Amino acid sequence: MIRKVRSHIVQDEPLLFEISSAGKRGCQLPALDVPPVDPARALGPENVRGEIEGFPELSEVEVVRHFTRLSTWNYAIDLGMYPLGSCTMKYNPRANEAAASMEGLLWVHPYQPEEQVQGCLEIMARLEQALAEITGMDAVSLQPAAGAHGELTGILLVRALLTSRGNPRRKILIPDSAHGTNPATAAIAGYEVENIKSNERGMIDMEAFPKLVTEEVAALMITNPNTLGVFEENIARIAGILHEKGALLYMDGANMNALAGITRPGDAGVDVMHLNLHKTFSTPHGGGGPGSGPVAVKRELEPFLPKPRLKQVGGRWVWDYDRPLSIGRVRAFYGNFGVLVRALAYIMACGPEGLRAAAVDAVLNSNYLRKALEPYYELPHREPTMHECVFSDQRQARRGVRTMDIAKRLIDYGFHPYTVSFPLIVPGAMMIEPTESESKQELDLFIDAMVSIAREAEENPELVRTAPHSTRTSRVDEVTAARKPVLRWRPSQ
Amino acid sequence: MRFLPKSDSERQQMLEFLGLDSTEQLFAQIPPELRLARPLELPPGRSEYEVLEYFRERSGQNAAGWPCFLGAGAYFHYRPAVVDALISRGEFLTAYTPYQAEISQGILMAIFEFQTMICQLTGMEVANASMYDGSTAMSEAALMARRITGREHIVLARSVHPEYREVLATYARNQAIRIREAPFDPEKGTVDLERTASLLDENTAALIIQSPNFFGIVEPLAGAAELAHRVGALLVHVFTEAVSLGLLAPAQGADIVAGELQSFAVPPSFGGPYAGVIATREKFVRQMPGRLVGQTTDSRGNRAFCLTLSTREQHIRREKATSNICTNQALVALMATIFMALHGKEGLRELAEQNLAKAHYLAGKLSLRFSGPFFNEFVARCERARPEAVNRALAQRGIIGGLPLGRFYAELQDCMLLCATEMSRREHMDQLADVLLAGETQ
Repeated sequence: MIRKVRSHIVQDEPLLFEISSAGKRGCQLPALDVPPVDPARALGPENVRGEIEGFPELSEVEVVRHFTRLSTWNYAIDLGMYPLGSCTMKYNPRANEAAASMEGLLWVHPYQPEEQVQGCLEIMARLEQALAEITGMDAVSLQPAAGAHGELTGILLVRALLTSRGNPRRKILIPDSAHGTNPATAAIAGYEVENIKSNERGMIDMEAFPKLVTEEVAALMITNPNTLGVFEENIARIAGILHEKGALLYMDGANMNALAGITRPGDAGVDVMHLNLHKTFSTPHGGGGPGSGPVAVKRELEPFLPKPRLKQVGGRWVWDYDRPLSIGRVRAFYGNFGVLVRALAYIMACGPEGLRAAAVDAVLNSNYLRKALEPYYELPHREPTMHECVFSDQRQARRGVRTMDIAKRLIDYGFHPYTVSFPLIVPGAMMIEPTESESKQELDLFIDAMVSIAREAEENPELVRTAPHSTRTSRVDEVTAARKPVLRWRPSQ
Repeated sequence: MRFLPKSDSERQQMLEFLGLDSTEQLFAQIPPELRLARPLELPPGRSEYEVLEYFRERSGQNAAGWPCFLGAGAYFHYRPAVVDALISRGEFLTAYTPYQAEISQGILMAIFEFQTMICQLTGMEVANASMYDGSTAMSEAALMARRITGREHIVLARSVHPEYREVLATYARNQAIRIREAPFDPEKGTVDLERTASLLDENTAALIIQSPNFFGIVEPLAGAAELAHRVGALLVHVFTEAVSLGLLAPAQGADIVAGELQSFAVPPSFGGPYAGVIATREKFVRQMPGRLVGQTTDSRGNRAFCLTLSTREQHIRREKATSNICTNQALVALMATIFMALHGKEGLRELAEQNLAKAHYLAGKLSLRFSGPFFNEFVARCERARPEAVNRALAQRGIIGGLPLGRFYAELQDCMLLCATEMSRREHMDQLADVLLAGETQ
C-alpha cells in the first residue's frame, strides 16, 4: 500500500520559445544618463549582429509562471529522501543561504585590493583551517570547483611532487569499485590507469596489492569507506606499502560523511585528498552544481598547491603569488566562494559535536535500512558497512525485474531512486545512502516501500517493470534520445 | 542538533533493532588506533543567530556594493529580483542531477532551453549544460580540439584573459600539448594576424582568440578563422562578457565557442560560483565534454527530456571519457536562463547598447592606450599618477577603480583596465575621470 504519496497537480507548460510573442519584455532598464552610441560606428558594421533569431520574448509574469511550473515537476531534498549512494543528499540548511546572500559577500569583485576584501579572505582562511582539522591534513586549497576538479588538482600535485623527486612515474592504481571520475581524472593528468580487482570482501586485496606497487606507480586512488560502504581497515598498511615504494596515497573524499569527527584520513597516512562540499558539508546540489572540491594535503605537497595561497602579513590576509613550485591555477579567481560560505556556515552551526553526531546518525540510518531490507533483497557483501550499503537485484531478476525497474517503481512510492547499477563490481547494484537527515518515520516509509516492491516483483512483476505510473511522464525513451540526438529547439518543430 | 531529525528514544529503538548497545559499536570496523580519541579542535556549534552574526561582521569588512569599474572577467550587472525568487525554490535549489528523468523534467527542460539560447546567441549548433567557468571551458575546448584534429599544438592569443591562459597551461602540461603565444598589435590592441599566421602549421589543433578580448577590444575573428582553417586547425572563440553577445556578431568561422556566463544574473561573489559553457558544431558533438540534455518521448508518446550521449562521460567511459567533469554549475546556468528569458531578444540588445554607451562616455574623457574598437571595457593611460595610486584616491571617495595592468602585462604598467556597465552612473564616471586626470593620489 502506498502511504507516502497520493497524487499531485502538474501543469503542462511549453518551452519558452513556444510561448514567446514578439514585442514582449520581462525587464525594464533605467533611461540612459549618457548619450547613446551607434554600434556600427563604434564597433564597425561587420561586428554588429542582426537580431537574435528565435530568442524568446516574454513578460515577467510568464517567466515566473514558466519556471515555477517547471519547478513543480522536480523531486528535491526539500520534498523527501534521496537514498543515492555516495551522493550524501543531506538537508541544505537555509541559514547557509542567508549567509551566502548577504550583500557584502555577493557584490565583491575578485580583483578588489586585499584591504577591501578582508571579510572574504577571513572566511576562506577559516574554512581552510576547519577542513584541515577535520581531515587531519596540513594544508588546504579551496580553488577546485567540484569533486572531479579537486581530484584532478590532487593528481597534478602527485605528479608535481614526484617530478621534483626525479620521476613522475607512469601509472595510477584504481580499484574496480571506484567512481568514474577517478580513472577519467587520472587519464587527463596524463597517467595510465591500472584497474585493481577488489577481493571477495569488496576491499583492496592485501595479498595482491604489494606486488602491484612498483616503481612505475605514482599513486593509489582509494575511496574510504569504499563504494560498498565498507571501511578499508588496511588503509594504514596500504599507505605504508605505497610510501615504501615512493608512491602516494590519494583519497577520494566523497564518503567523508561517515568519518567526520570519528577518524581522520590524514592520521591513516593519506597524502592528498579532495572533499565534496556539496556532499558532506551540506551545500545544495542545485540540479547539478555548483559544488566545490577543496583539496587537502600533507606538508610535503604544500609547496605545489595551486596559487595564489592565503597568507597573513601584519594581521591582514593577503594573496601570496610567490609560489615557484605551484602547479599553477586550476581555474580563474579563487574558488566557488559562494559555496565556501555555505560550507563554513554549516561547520560553524555543527561544531565538532554536531559533525560527529551527523556521522553517527548517517551510519545508524544506513545500518537500520540494511537490516530491515536484508530479508527481501540480496546482500552480496556481508562486511560491516558504514553510511551506505549495496544490495543486488538477483532475487527479483529471477522474475525479470531489475534494479532499474525497482528504482522506477520507488518513484511511485514518493521516493527518489537509489543509485542504480553502481558500483560496477556488484551486478544489478542497488546502492543506498540515506544520510543523517532522515527521520525514523521517513526511513520506515522507505522500508515499507521497498518491501512492498519486493512483493510486487513476485506477484505482479509487470507493474514494476513498466514503472513509474504516477509521474508527469512515464518512463522516458533514453535509447532514441542517444540514437537521434535533438539537443536544442528549432522553429520548425 | 537541529539538523538531525531523530530523538534519543528513536535512536535507542533503532539500536535495539540492530542488537547493539551503543552507537559506538557502529564503528567497530575502524581499527582503534585510527579512531579519534578527542573531539575535533573546532569552536563549539553555534545557534543560527550567532552564525549569521559572524557572516554579517565579515561582510561588513568588505568594500561591497560600491560603484565599481572593474571588469576583467567578472562583471557588475543588475540582477532582476525574479532570478533569486525562482532559483531559491527548493525544487530547484535542493534537487539532484537529473539522472532520473521522470522526476526531473523541470530541470531538464530548463537546461534544454539554456542549450538552445546559447546556440542562438553564439551561432553554434549545439551547446552543453555548463562547465565550471569560462577558464576551464576554454581549457576543455582546447582538449576537445586536440581530440578532433589529432594535433598537439595550440596557438593562444596573448590578449586572452591572463588567468585563463594560466589555467590552460596547467591542463596542457600533462597532456603533451604545446602552446604558442600569438602577440597583439601594440597600437590596436588586437591579435597580430600576420605574426599569428607564421605560428600556425599542420601541427596546430586550434587558434584560440577571445573577443571582446581582455582589453575589451573586438578581435578580427573572421580573419583569424580563415588563417586557422587554412592549416586545418579549428578556431576557438572565447568570451568573458556574455552581454557582448547581445550586440556583437557571432563569429562565422568559429568551430568551438567557450565562455563565461557570470554577466547573466550571477553575482560577482568574489570570483565564484560562475558558469562556463561550450558550444560547437553538430559534427563535433561526440567530442564535447559535459552534460547534454536531449528531447525524446515517454512510453505514452509525450514530449520529454533526458540526459543523453552519456557514453562521452566519466560514469560510462571512465578513463576514455571526453572529460572527468561530473557536477557542473546547473543552478548558476539556471540563473542565466531566467535572465535571458526576462530580457529577451530586444532587452538583451538594449542592455548591450547601454553598456556600449556608458563605456564610450567614460572613455571619451580619458586617454586610451589602444585604438581598436571596444565594447564595455577599455585600457586607459594613467599619465599623472600610477594606477594603484589613482585607485587609492578613488577608494577614499568610495569608488572602486579599474584593474592596474602591470601585474599581467609589464608594458602596460602605467595603464588600467576600466569597465562601465548599465549600472555605472554618470556622476561616478565623471568623478573617476576627474581623479584619474588630475593625477590625484591619496
